[in-house]
Amino acid sequence: MTETPTTVDEQAPAAAIDLTRAVLVLEDGTRYEGRAYGARGRTLGEAVFATGMTGYQETLTDPSYAGQIVLMTAPHIGNTGMNDEDMESARIWVAGFVVRDPSRVVSNFRSQRSLDDDLAAAGVVGISGIDTRAVTRHIRSLGAMRAGVFSGEEAHLSPGEQLDLVQSGEQMTGRNLSGAVSTGERYTLPATGERVGSVAVLDLGVKTSTLNYLAERGFDVHVLPQTVTVDDVLALEPDALFFSNGPGDPSASERHVELLRSALRAGLPYFGICFGNQLLGRALGFDTYKLPFGHRGINQPVLDRATGRVEITAHNHGFAVAAPTDAVSESSQGFGRVEVSHVDLNDDVVEGLNCLDIPAFSVQYHPESAAGPHDANYLFDRFRDMVIANRTTDDSQEAGK
Amino acid sequence: MPKRDDINSVLVIGSGPIVIGQAAEFDYSGTQACRVLRAEGVRVILVNPNPATIMTDPGFADATYVEPITPEVIESIIVKEKPDAVLPTLGGQTALNAAIALHDAGILDKHGVELIGAKVDAIRKGEDRQLFKDLVIEAGADVARSHVATTLEQAKEFALDLGYPLVVRPSFTMGGLGSGFAYTEEDLVRIVTQGLHDSPTTEVLLEESILGWKEYELELMRDTADNTVVVCSIENVDPVGVHTGDSITVAPALTLTDREYQKLRDIGIDIIRAVGVDTGGCNIQFAVDPADGRVIVIEMNPRVSRSSALASKATGFPIAKIAAKLAIGYRLDEIPNDITKVTPASFEPTLDYVVVKVPRFAFEKFPAADPTLTTTMKSVGEAMAIGRNYTTALQKALRSLEKRGSSFHWGDESRSVDELLEEASVPTDGRIVLVQQALRKGASIEQAFEATKIDPWFLDQIVLINEVAERIAGADALDTDTLLLAKDHGFSDAQIGQLRGFGEADAREVRHILGVRPVFKTVDTCAGEFPALTPYHYSSYDLETEVAPSDRRKVVILGSGPNRIGQGVEFDYSCVHASFALSEAGYETIMINCNPETVSTDYDTSDRLYFEPLTLEDVLEVIHAESQSGELVGVVVQLGGQTALGLAKGLEAAGVPILGTTPDAIDLAEERGQFAAILDGAGLLAPRNGTATELAGAVQVAEQIGYPVLVRPSFVLGGRGMEIVYDTPSLVDYFARIEDQGIVGPTHPLLVDRFLDDAIEIDVDALYDGTELYVGGVMEHIEEAGIHSGDSSCTLPPVTLGRAEVDRVRTATRAIAEGVGVRGLLNVQFAVAAGVLYVLEANPRASRTVPFVSKALGIPLAKAASRIMVGDSIRDLVAEGLLPEVDGSRVPLDAPVAVKEAVLPFHRFRTREGIMVDSVLGPEMRSTGEVMGIDRDFPRAFAKSQLAAYGGMPLSGRVFVSVSDRDKRAIILPVLRMQQLGYDLVATEGTAEVLRRNGIGADVVLKYSEKEGEDATSVVELIHRGEIDVVVNTPSGRSARADGYEIRAAAVAADIPLFTTIAELSAAVASLDVNDGGFEVTSLQEYARRRAGEVAE
Repeated sequence: MTETPTTVDEQAPAAAIDLTRAVLVLEDGTRYEGRAYGARGRTLGEAVFATGMTGYQETLTDPSYAGQIVLMTAPHIGNTGMNDEDMESARIWVAGFVVRDPSRVVSNFRSQRSLDDDLAAAGVVGISGIDTRAVTRHIRSLGAMRAGVFSGEEAHLSPGEQLDLVQSGEQMTGRNLSGAVSTGERYTLPATGERVGSVAVLDLGVKTSTLNYLAERGFDVHVLPQTVTVDDVLALEPDALFFSNGPGDPSASERHVELLRSALRAGLPYFGICFGNQLLGRALGFDTYKLPFGHRGINQPVLDRATGRVEITAHNHGFAVAAPTDAVSESSQGFGRVEVSHVDLNDDVVEGLNCLDIPAFSVQYHPESAAGPHDANYLFDRFRDMVIANRTTDDSQEAGK
Repeated sequence: MPKRDDINSVLVIGSGPIVIGQAAEFDYSGTQACRVLRAEGVRVILVNPNPATIMTDPGFADATYVEPITPEVIESIIVKEKPDAVLPTLGGQTALNAAIALHDAGILDKHGVELIGAKVDAIRKGEDRQLFKDLVIEAGADVARSHVATTLEQAKEFALDLGYPLVVRPSFTMGGLGSGFAYTEEDLVRIVTQGLHDSPTTEVLLEESILGWKEYELELMRDTADNTVVVCSIENVDPVGVHTGDSITVAPALTLTDREYQKLRDIGIDIIRAVGVDTGGCNIQFAVDPADGRVIVIEMNPRVSRSSALASKATGFPIAKIAAKLAIGYRLDEIPNDITKVTPASFEPTLDYVVVKVPRFAFEKFPAADPTLTTTMKSVGEAMAIGRNYTTALQKALRSLEKRGSSFHWGDESRSVDELLEEASVPTDGRIVLVQQALRKGASIEQAFEATKIDPWFLDQIVLINEVAERIAGADALDTDTLLLAKDHGFSDAQIGQLRGFGEADAREVRHILGVRPVFKTVDTCAGEFPALTPYHYSSYDLETEVAPSDRRKVVILGSGPNRIGQGVEFDYSCVHASFALSEAGYETIMINCNPETVSTDYDTSDRLYFEPLTLEDVLEVIHAESQSGELVGVVVQLGGQTALGLAKGLEAAGVPILGTTPDAIDLAEERGQFAAILDGAGLLAPRNGTATELAGAVQVAEQIGYPVLVRPSFVLGGRGMEIVYDTPSLVDYFARIEDQGIVGPTHPLLVDRFLDDAIEIDVDALYDGTELYVGGVMEHIEEAGIHSGDSSCTLPPVTLGRAEVDRVRTATRAIAEGVGVRGLLNVQFAVAAGVLYVLEANPRASRTVPFVSKALGIPLAKAASRIMVGDSIRDLVAEGLLPEVDGSRVPLDAPVAVKEAVLPFHRFRTREGIMVDSVLGPEMRSTGEVMGIDRDFPRAFAKSQLAAYGGMPLSGRVFVSVSDRDKRAIILPVLRMQQLGYDLVATEGTAEVLRRNGIGADVVLKYSEKEGEDATSVVELIHRGEIDVVVNTPSGRSARADGYEIRAAAVAADIPLFTTIAELSAAVASLDVNDGGFEVTSLQEYARRRAGEVAE
């Protein structure tokens, strides 16, 4: 993975140097000294904090975290180890990992490996034993920023050298990371529920749970590399199109936006999650912007404006769609009326878009949860129902011709 | 939906007296509810007979009825106040049961009053075992296999199907009362018989055993729009088999993957929906099989519970407050989060710290009781601690218990690993320390898991603590790194000192020289995601502190720590009042306490809250942090009971200003010689007395002053170790029993007093400002001297004391206040024997009766005391209107009489043989709570107090009488009166003889010891068979009380009125005449208006 500049020490450590040291360096020069954790070496990325008290395995393996140094606000991490069932993709994606109290033992009936071992094996450089709350408050006040974790020999670079490295790292704004996380090959998962049809999934960093829920709702799921064209998609004759979550700045993904516009014009029903919501927003003609420090947690209250219900939801996004929340607006790209279907009650950020004139909707948060509450899982039903309803409409239109 | 506009007045039902399983947490939740409702413009009517609570302060409701919680009394209140709705979900099981009774009696319908917070249907679904079970299965969750039995025979049959061990749970009881594990048919018979009796519906549930499974709780809230949130997850460190109230618990759950946690959450939400809780909270308990993750739902409570109070303190999400708002129609998303002010309450708190709760037991008060922990709750209080990790939170919580041996230690341990593991395999108070010792001596985590079923993750944390201890002990020097490591795992200065071979003070000095100090973090509900505007802090040896500077004048108030017998919610009441009064007077108030059940640890109570152990180290660090800005005026130590008082010397030595009575003056009252000099100077008498630090000295003193003697250790509360000793062998026995409790020694001598037989005891609470004495109230005990004042009932004003006696009491109190140098509160206990006034003891601090006095007479003693402590004079406070002009020593004749009655926990404790522990009252306090009855005269007030305490006397039935020789003279009048009122009498031979000679016919019944052969019937069998309705049994002097004990144990088991003193019986009989006409109910506010009217005239 080239986008996450990680180097791992391969040499045996030099005897004189204390290799248990590690330091987290933020781009504003703030330093937090702690203990080395996971792999030893150096990693650069965007420092963000995640507030879930459960689900570190799902977080680590969520491709949306690619390029980010993730700090867990919950102090005890690793207690339940790692297992094959809870992987949200084939590997760990975070660029670095910051925890306060890593577990020394693993205690869970499903556990197969320890987190430490998996982190080391994946070459993820981490740091433990620091005041994670202080870092969180710092990021909350000043915004997500570039950072580096230096451990082992790298911890002994001078503070100036370390800061230079951090400041030379890539900014998240303007960054396209889809290529790093997407599948290289197209593959298909058969429907596991009563078959409804097929869905083309553009893999921008898709999570296993999402694919499973789609299959459960009766879709044959065609997972496509992010490099496909709209013709490739249409050639599959899918009943619907789905854009997944994923890392990076949506404004750097114009090609995917164009693909989506073409598909929508072709009348393909669409459902998007997270990055897929931002791309729908851009396709409809809205702008996207970077949040100061993002939403990363599993306790965010989102209001479904259609029902007035509040759902507790899993979030992982640093960018959001800028759309008017007070009224239905008209797509500048000719897709008709659009409403903001969901908002975050903490800060009024747009959390969902619903097209009134074409069969398309999306949410900024994660109905597939993993980790997180299952409150929003009904959206997969809504998607299936929309596809069925659309087909009925198509059929009746066919019949009318 | 916004607030309903059809609810303008609400009757809130409180939880009654503090009992095991239903304690101060309901004062916290009820107080929150009252505040919220009033803030919403709702007229609040409250009924709660517990005077020790904040909620029954007249300021918290529009009409406060300190009246018994019975359907009849509540109906009278409804008729008088015409509330639109009744809110029963914040007063524990008592309130919920009262609501069901009101509904079943048709009272709610009759008066058109709506039940809010929970519907009757939902209450039934949550509480009825079978209904609940069906509903859980419908929700797709699993339950333990079970059967409901209504007879013993049925139970035996079902047991064959389920196999042993199995669990027995009676329906509709609180705190798991009556439930337990049956390992054999013998156990089954015993538990089911009792359970069928305890259950108001005569039902018990028999269930497959899930002993040793992991136990979890979720706290959920749901609104009318079906928005549901999980406020908190709680994991029990002690696995299934120990009542959650007796378990060490941790929040959040630490050994669940997200998949497993979300499964519990899904089930929880399905259940709260199915039960139909739609305007409030509920608590659901789960068991999880550690081997395969199978989930079983144990139970749910459709109301605010002990766990929800804990969850509120643990997360900063005020469940009771939100529940009250939901009950009047709000939706979760319409309620702002108190802590952030900008985000809504419709979210789930996330923690970046760990909370540990440990239970506080009182087995030392019931030496005969089996200390094995079971599914029946036995703890009397709890301490909670917050740390940035589990080791810190656990160690802080353990030291918050203030109990010898409750913290981990690394001294000598003579027991082998096998012995330790064997002991640890039975859950008891202090098991965690046994586990620590076993692991320290080399037990493996696997062995410890086999013995205890405590999750290996928690066991490894103890291993980690032991490893850190080794690092501390083995370090070349106590350097910064070692100290930081120790502190990051919660080691106290005392533990560090012990490991390094020096004292706590030395460890602290080294630490301060090296600049190793804690920072203070904030409980903010959101792990730092949003700024927190509420200063609710805990310590951590981390980098960044969050204490905001302030330039105000500050007062620190020390709370009273975990509730225990002798130091309960009464002290919290005083602390809270001090906080309110000082805040009103312009001070910034800073509360330090570690008791999650209390109002004082509500972040709304003081300007700043530090949730910290009340040890010298922890308190000094808070004071240091707060001294960085503003002006620290001083620390209030005299309101938090012995806990706070015990810190005064150390704080003073560290240069911290102590407000009010000085630590030296506090000592003066405890120090025999100096105190005697004060009495001498004032011409006051004390019973003959002396002190001793060991047995030989004590025997000498006792023989000199003559038996019987009253012995008590100094510097203890609640009569800990206090006994009446009749001869030297008993004194030898006494020393043997207290030997390893460390309560008597060179620095803490034993006080030996001549015991005054047949004396009337008097309690006085007063204020003194250096020049003026202000009596709060003079209370006359109903039982004679020798019963601990906390267990004794008393009346205010006194009903048999003459004016001259009251004047002597007042004069004596003044002389003592002046002599000791009191600035603030003083409690003095007197006895009048043969017309002579004796001073028994004086305590220059808030007493247990402060809230009772305040409510009975409308004198805010604690508020006034706190103002005196910061320099105001009594005259100022009278001028300001805080204190009434006339003090409490002279109560007008038409003022109401208030009676305080103690509530005792005997039915919670059984011996290892399964028999109830003895329930006779003595000089050591054993009551957990109290009630107040207030009415126009003593008989009426007393009747109300009995009704509130235990349901009152039956109006007819069969009375069993057996009294000691010394009581035979006194028994005649009350028993005669009972006979005239139509009660049947039975008595033991000796007592019957006396009664017959006095013209009172009584059937003779055998004593237990007189019984010959299995088939014979003694009184014990009669009681067991339900053929006796009232028991009068006084212990016979010094001799073994075997017969009496069997009788009393049977009476406690049968839950019938039991009188162990004639004084109490006489009062009860006097009140019988007024019992049947129903009660008049009067609110405290009405009494206050009447008092004000009098003054105006």
